Amino acid sequence: MQVHRFEKVWLGAAILLIVGFIATIAYGSVGVGVGMVDDSGGQISAQAVQNGNTGTHFDDPGVVKEDGQYVVYVVARQFQFVPGSGDNPVQVPAGANVTFRVTSADVVHGFSVVETNINTMVIPGQVSEVSARFNEPGTYGLICHEYCGAAHHTMGGSVEVVPPEEYDMQQENIEQSADDAQAKEEADQ
Amino acid sequence: MVFVDSYPKTSKLVRSEFIVAFVALGIGALFGIIQSLHRTGVFRGFVSSADYYTILTGHGVLLALVFTTFFIAGLFTWAVANSLERELPHRIAWSAFWVMLTGTVLAAVSIIGGIVGAPSVLGHDLEADVLFTFYAPMKAHPAFYIGAALIIVGSWIAGLAYFKALWEWRSENPDERIPLQTFMVLTTMLMWYVSTIGVAVEVVAFLIPWSLGLIQNVDPLLTRTLFWYFGHPVVYFWLMPAYLVWYTILPKLAGGRLFSDPLARVVFVAFLLLSTPVGFHHQYTDPGIPSGYKFIAMTNTMFLLLPSLLTAFTVVASVEHGARQRGAKGYLSWLRDLPWGKPAFAGCMLAGLMFAAGGFSGMINAGMNINYLIHNTIWVPGHFHLTVGTAFALTAMAISYWLVPQITGKKLRQRSLASVQPYVWFVGMAIMSNAMHRAGLAGIPRRTAEPTYDEFAFEGVAGTVGEMRLQIAIGGFLLFVGAAMFLIVMADTLLARRGGTLSVNGNIPEPLSGADHSPRILDNYKLWTAIALLLIVIAYGPPLASMVADGLFAPGSPPIPV
Repeated sequence: MQVHRFEKVWLGAAILLIVGFIATIAYGSVGVGVGMVDDSGGQISAQAVQNGNTGTHFDDPGVVKEDGQYVVYVVARQFQFVPGSGDNPVQVPAGANVTFRVTSADVVHGFSVVETNINTMVIPGQVSEVSARFNEPGTYGLICHEYCGAAHHTMGGSVEVVPPEEYDMQQENIEQSADDAQAKEEADQ
Repeated sequence: MVFVDSYPKTSKLVRSEFIVAFVALGIGALFGIIQSLHRTGVFRGFVSSADYYTILTGHGVLLALVFTTFFIAGLFTWAVANSLERELPHRIAWSAFWVMLTGTVLAAVSIIGGIVGAPSVLGHDLEADVLFTFYAPMKAHPAFYIGAALIIVGSWIAGLAYFKALWEWRSENPDERIPLQTFMVLTTMLMWYVSTIGVAVEVVAFLIPWSLGLIQNVDPLLTRTLFWYFGHPVVYFWLMPAYLVWYTILPKLAGGRLFSDPLARVVFVAFLLLSTPVGFHHQYTDPGIPSGYKFIAMTNTMFLLLPSLLTAFTVVASVEHGARQRGAKGYLSWLRDLPWGKPAFAGCMLAGLMFAAGGFSGMINAGMNINYLIHNTIWVPGHFHLTVGTAFALTAMAISYWLVPQITGKKLRQRSLASVQPYVWFVGMAIMSNAMHRAGLAGIPRRTAEPTYDEFAFEGVAGTVGEMRLQIAIGGFLLFVGAAMFLIVMADTLLARRGGTLSVNGNIPEPLSGADHSPRILDNYKLWTAIALLLIVIAYGPPLASMVADGLFAPGSPPIPV
């Protein structure tokens, strides 16, 4: 087979480019530690999520502390994130490692925090797990980026990143008021 | 001798296939302008935001599936007949046409049902606003899935006609090399057979029985994976016909000859081998799939750059040779001396130029970790409007200016309109897709009727969101004008009366470096198909096995209407 000299040079340069790309990505995942969304979240019954009887935190989604880490459980359903949408934003402290565990109660959704690396599909039957750290306090946009039905375009939300001191105070207040409610309940009985 | 006089039967078939393709292009373009005005907020009076998704489904199915498949069937029918110098097997080729047309009508009717309020037909709501990707558990009317399946089955039958033509030719020419155009057609069809298995299994084994209520649940991740097994190779099913045009016809239009026949064959074999085991790069952000499988798909995807980079070299070298044959001089000034006023040439060149830009944004999509930034943002449609929407569509339109006279025997009408049309498309696409890419970097999603939210507002990285919207709307408008110009030229030409002599013919000059320079093993389809299948087993075997390990339908989801 006859390969022209210029063709050989071009071929070599093209292969170099391709190998270079693969190398940068390998470096990104091994060296810098850009993790991929993978199967670490495990599986779950979509119908149990729909009915709220999974026996997990998805039945009462929100932020919990597991092994000293903040874990945010989010259920995506037509057409809202719980928590996340409307006046129920996801609240996390700045500077802490936060893991999002997201699943769907009905169809395929997306879960993307605008201008961050948090970007995952939400597939019924699967739990998406992504970890992140927000260094800057502020409000981040949250969107469903996979078409999920006639009102898909309304399915947004927000992630509020608050300074750690403020966050802990709020948490205490919430826990406090929960304690108060419990005490009141007990007193009523 | 004009093609239509040499092969009147085959010409009639090509004409029919092109006419269906052009009608689909017209309706698809109309849906396109409605969308670009709606989602940018310039004008939302055509449809409600809920019906936007029906229009979007129609746009995707009519352009990405119907226009492409029918145009490719016509182009391939011409290419096989032209290069093997024989009529195509009449009955098989026509039955392919009718099966594809039946599928198209079924799919179109079920999509349009969504606009007229989803009446109940055979116990199911007649609607299909599930978009081009129809991810379960969102459910369309069974007619939609059956229609989609028929379009693909029809294309399989069309492939049979090409193979039968080759076998007949082979028995008469046992020792000759397969002519280049036929070689390209058959390599493309082999790739298509291998890759459509995925969507065929998805639709026939899962979605049709599930939409009819015969099975209760499907596994959304499994059906999605089967879709993407086909969903990236389908891109090469669009691209390879454009390459066929660029390799075999464009050099002639430039006044020269193809630089290297052997390298062209190598490129097509590389596509056959690598096109299918790449689908997981559409699923980088999917849960439930270990990252190792994603990495394998990424490596294959990156190596798929190779045939496209080689094509860039060979096509440009051939065109340069053509320019120099016509007396051009200088390192770059030969570019000036190309026939930029001829619509077929200009369209193909502009399409190739834009494909280079699309190739670069595709490299970003393929980058496993960079992909996080742009996954499912409007960057992605920005990318594929350069590849499918320009590399393929503009090449198809451009080569129609050259091909339609040959299959009708009629001279091209409205020449001045035709020679401006590729530039209108080019400018419209440049404006629209560049704004889409930038909007994607700002995080604005794809596939949405109104990308504005109560909870927050997007901020542009370069330029404002308002300016990007305006550019998308203006670009979309220019593209609609470009499509309309093309259809006017085609309608006028097809309806005109025959007369005069044509200025075009289908003779393809010999390549500078001919088929006899290439090893015979390149024509060994059995070997390449076997290697292609082996690579697929490596890339898809373990992940598919783990997805079905817990049962074919688990974790399952019942159908959910949109």
